[in-house]
Amino acid sequence: MRPLTPVAPRTRVVLGISFFILFTAVWAIATLGGFVSKTFLADPISMLRSGYVLLTQMGFATDIGMTVWRVLGGFIIAALLALPLGVLMGAYKPIEAFFEPFVSFARYLPASAFIPLLMLWVGIGEAQKLAVIFIGSFFQLVLMIAVAVGNTRRDLVEAAYTLGVSDAGLLKRVLLPGAAPGIAEILRMVLGWAWTYVIVAELIGASSGIGHMITDSQALLATDQIIFGIIVIGLIGLCSDFAFKAANRRLFPWAQL
Amino acid sequence: MTTPILSIRGVSRTFTSSHGQTLALQATDLEVAENDFVTILGPSGCGKSTLLRIVAGLDQPSQGQVLLDGQTVKGPGADRGMVFQSYTLFPWLNVLDNVAFGLRERGIPRRAQIEVAEEFLEKVGLQNFARHYPKQLSGGMQQRTALARALANQPRMLLMDEPFGALDHQTRELMQELLLGIWERERKTVLFVTHDIDEAIFMGSRVVVMSARPGRIKSDLAAPFPHPRHYSIKTTPEFAALKRELTEQLRVEVLSAQG
Repeated sequence: MRPLTPVAPRTRVVLGISFFILFTAVWAIATLGGFVSKTFLADPISMLRSGYVLLTQMGFATDIGMTVWRVLGGFIIAALLALPLGVLMGAYKPIEAFFEPFVSFARYLPASAFIPLLMLWVGIGEAQKLAVIFIGSFFQLVLMIAVAVGNTRRDLVEAAYTLGVSDAGLLKRVLLPGAAPGIAEILRMVLGWAWTYVIVAELIGASSGIGHMITDSQALLATDQIIFGIIVIGLIGLCSDFAFKAANRRLFPWAQL
Repeated sequence: MTTPILSIRGVSRTFTSSHGQTLALQATDLEVAENDFVTILGPSGCGKSTLLRIVAGLDQPSQGQVLLDGQTVKGPGADRGMVFQSYTLFPWLNVLDNVAFGLRERGIPRRAQIEVAEEFLEKVGLQNFARHYPKQLSGGMQQRTALARALANQPRMLLMDEPFGALDHQTRELMQELLLGIWERERKTVLFVTHDIDEAIFMGSRVVVMSARPGRIKSDLAAPFPHPRHYSIKTTPEFAALKRELTEQLRVEVLSAQG
């Protein structure tokens, strides 16, 4: 092994999968071998069994659907509003000077701490879940998008001006396409964060969703169900990550070269 | 002399920083005639790029003004095409769309854009690379595309800021011949900044030498070699004599810049 030397794609996949196997093996030995009490940690087999029961008999698929739609709903609303504001802040410095200090402040406000307030304001319905995700992702998105647009190479901007581009044309034909792959990457990252907010929102005052299932299972000390829920979240996150990366490769082939 | 296309009148540039003010360019006058090829030769840091950027409208003079066809230059525009030392092709556009960038901005129909872009790609010998992305090209090919992009926009004049400075020696010489060949056919007015003496003499009809910082124009010599020029003129005694003269002038400046 030498620093920064790339690894063959096949080896990469094999290595990636082997750690999953190793992790599961350690877990199985610890639980099935009787080193850890069943009360604290369920073993992989009962986890899978109760996962099957959850899906077939207890309508867990609906919970998963609810959670996915909450994440996507809150995230899409945040992204739709953050995109124009972030792009304008990145492109126009007075707009940035106006919003940036407040957005920087707001992004450190913990989304989960808003849950009691939001319950007071909009109740415990879907609006509250969407609002938590919105607060958690909107400010992050705005700042990161503004930086991505603001980092456009100045020599490209100057080249565009000497080719007679207008200010509006510069935004549309240089700043946006230049920052697009970076913005797509930001969306991918922040969507991952949105997943943690939705579970927190569902832990408190929800009647459906993966987070709600986890709180219910806690009351029954059903660690097998809790772990199954957590793993489902991880798998969905992994899938959305893959989908985003594949989409970026297709949309921005020039950025992959 | 015919009426100049470009007049630089008393242009100076002072940069202000936390350490105070630095005079980068002393009051400079220069006139460039239509269809002329003027090279500006100077040691690095002499303000020659600053002068070119002021002509391009990318920088503002502290004093004085630049006139293009009698009109004061206020900012960058399509009438002054520019080729930069750094690679400035738009990485998200393929070669053809890079060359068509300025045409599209002017609202020219797509079919005409492609026609013009292909014509200029052929002039720089890249007609087979139209669908490539800039990152798939060598440095020399990228600069040829940048030249085609500037020319396709039909500017009044072409500004070149050490465009071949990042290329290896052999590629640079081929690029010089390519650009000179295009100029000999089209007689576009060119203002070309370089620190390479051979390049300044071989390309230019006039060589303007700048002093070390703060820059000013030190001399303005004709490079009276007939066109079309062949690269073999670089070995003629006349070329060597002019090179010796310019080497001396430049050497004094570099030494004084080092204090």
